Amino acid sequence: MHPTSSPPGTLQLHSAARPAHLRIAGDWTLAHYNALRDAVVRMRPQLDEHSTVELDGLGALDTAGAGLLVELLGPQRIAAVAQWAPQLPAERLALLHTVAAALDRPAAPQPDQGYEFGDLLAHIGRTMQNIWCQQRELLGFIGLTLQTLLSVLVRPQRWRPTPLVAHIEQTGLDAIPIVALLTFLVGAVVAFLGATVLADFGASIYTVTLVGFAFLREFGVLLAAILLAGRSASAFAAQIGSMKANEEIDAIRALGLSPVELLVLPRVLAMLITLPILTFIGMLSGILGGAVVCVLALDISPTLFITILQRDIDLSHFLVGIGKAPVFAFIIAVIGCLEGFKVSGSAQSVGEHTTSSVVQSIFMVILIDAIAALFFMEMGW
Amino acid sequence: MNGEALIQVRGLVNRFGRQTVHEDLDLDIRRGEILGVVGGSGTGKSVLLRSIVGLRRPNAGSVQVFGENLLQLPPERRSQVERRFGVLFQRGALFTSLNLQENVALPLIEHAGLARVDAEHLARLKLALAGLPADAACKYPDELSGGMVKRAALARALALDPEVLFLDEPTAGLDPIGAAAFDQLILTLRDALGLSVFLVTHDLDTLYTICDRVAVLARKRVLVADRLEAVQDTDDAWIRDYFHGPRGRAAQQAALVQENS
Repeated sequence: MHPTSSPPGTLQLHSAARPAHLRIAGDWTLAHYNALRDAVVRMRPQLDEHSTVELDGLGALDTAGAGLLVELLGPQRIAAVAQWAPQLPAERLALLHTVAAALDRPAAPQPDQGYEFGDLLAHIGRTMQNIWCQQRELLGFIGLTLQTLLSVLVRPQRWRPTPLVAHIEQTGLDAIPIVALLTFLVGAVVAFLGATVLADFGASIYTVTLVGFAFLREFGVLLAAILLAGRSASAFAAQIGSMKANEEIDAIRALGLSPVELLVLPRVLAMLITLPILTFIGMLSGILGGAVVCVLALDISPTLFITILQRDIDLSHFLVGIGKAPVFAFIIAVIGCLEGFKVSGSAQSVGEHTTSSVVQSIFMVILIDAIAALFFMEMGW
Repeated sequence: MNGEALIQVRGLVNRFGRQTVHEDLDLDIRRGEILGVVGGSGTGKSVLLRSIVGLRRPNAGSVQVFGENLLQLPPERRSQVERRFGVLFQRGALFTSLNLQENVALPLIEHAGLARVDAEHLARLKLALAGLPADAACKYPDELSGGMVKRAALARALALDPEVLFLDEPTAGLDPIGAAAFDQLILTLRDALGLSVFLVTHDLDTLYTICDRVAVLARKRVLVADRLEAVQDTDDAWIRDYFHGPRGRAAQQAALVQENS
């Protein structure tokens, strides 16, 4: 059935004869598709319904070749192939019939793929509209989550400790090493920066205050939140997104359960619990990183370091820092879950929304942090 | 249809942890035949298919394909052999980020070296051949019904005009008319292209209308692989229940009526 030795397909037109005579020979297969298609395109205008066709020399034929023959001769003619080429074997006639029948219908219009200046404007407009819709959806989803949370809080029989603990482990416990390491390194870097700049004023000793201020107020919570945005918001979006693509979310709804209660609440609550703890760990670890630099590079003894920290830095700085953690936790978890719910069926969509969840949650964390910094400054806290 | 054996499976063993799915399984697929593979759920029909096409390395045994042991070939040679296979997966497995004509055009561009325009043109032919309307070519898989996904997946399996077609439950999820048309399509393509078809199915109508031979998988091996009449008469409880249950009888009668008309 698959002879490979016969020559590539050919197409010879004897236009001298009246009517024109077309001789088709050789292998009409996928391997020779490029050459044959060129020949077919060239030859087609020269044929009319009176020209005779000879198929005797035809070698191997596959669907690609049959498709070309149909294009060359037209579906009607191929459909009647049994009349003008009865010598062809039955299976070949069947193939030609099948392909002719498949192609004998109106071609679909090709989508217009040109780009114009107007498209650019339209794209900008659409993007702006999307951003607006996104923020509105986010507010709506926050409302839905809070509503569900309140209705569950008053009914202890609907609390779900098992998934909550599992998510605390995944988002919190497993993130401790990376949060601790990262804040430790940034603490060391801040201390080095402070030492370099403050040395010019003869105030190296204030490096301690700098590190303390920076980590208690900003860096501890910000670094932990950004890490969790990258680590957990993406995980939430991918988990819920795959479930959505697999119709699992629909199944939850069809079973009369609430996806928000089942999937979103454990994740949000887990984040609300873990981010403050991670923030605390981040603060300690960052200050430790600064302390190591102070001890090794600035000859400030550990005792002196702790004394300065105790004397100069108020408890309020710690409260300002840790107070932001639950807000960040909530927004990160909600964005991650919401992006998961927005996934449509395709694998690409899962990827897009996972990316979007990370970008959005980091953006929101930094935005809220900036607004909070302004607020705390005005309040003099 | 007593052609030579294209694919020979010998002494195949497949285990998942402690659970043995196949134990010393033998099976031949002959040139130009449509081999139906049936068996209860969990008897490893899909695992067998995956072992043959090289997606799963069996724990023991050999799979000879076109006279070569697929498992021992170097990667390039193996890729060449695998191009002679067309596989239709149970759930279609279309690439969701590509539209239908791009899905079918992908192997044509990668393996047959066609230009994109030509490949997509040919892809539309294959889609039409699989019975999809012309306007479906630019749709994405998540916009389609299950039956259309199956057809598009068949079009992709047929893209390179393979010699052996592996179909994993092709008619599951199709309406009866669509399923019958699908059966006829496979039959026509087999006759026209000399395909050999390895067909995992639960559809008794498919078994009665198009299969040349039927292999029954049970108790970790191929219980019997023969013409349908011979398989039906095998003295085994499961086979009796399968073929002589209410659905089996109905399909048998439907096939008889069709033959006589």
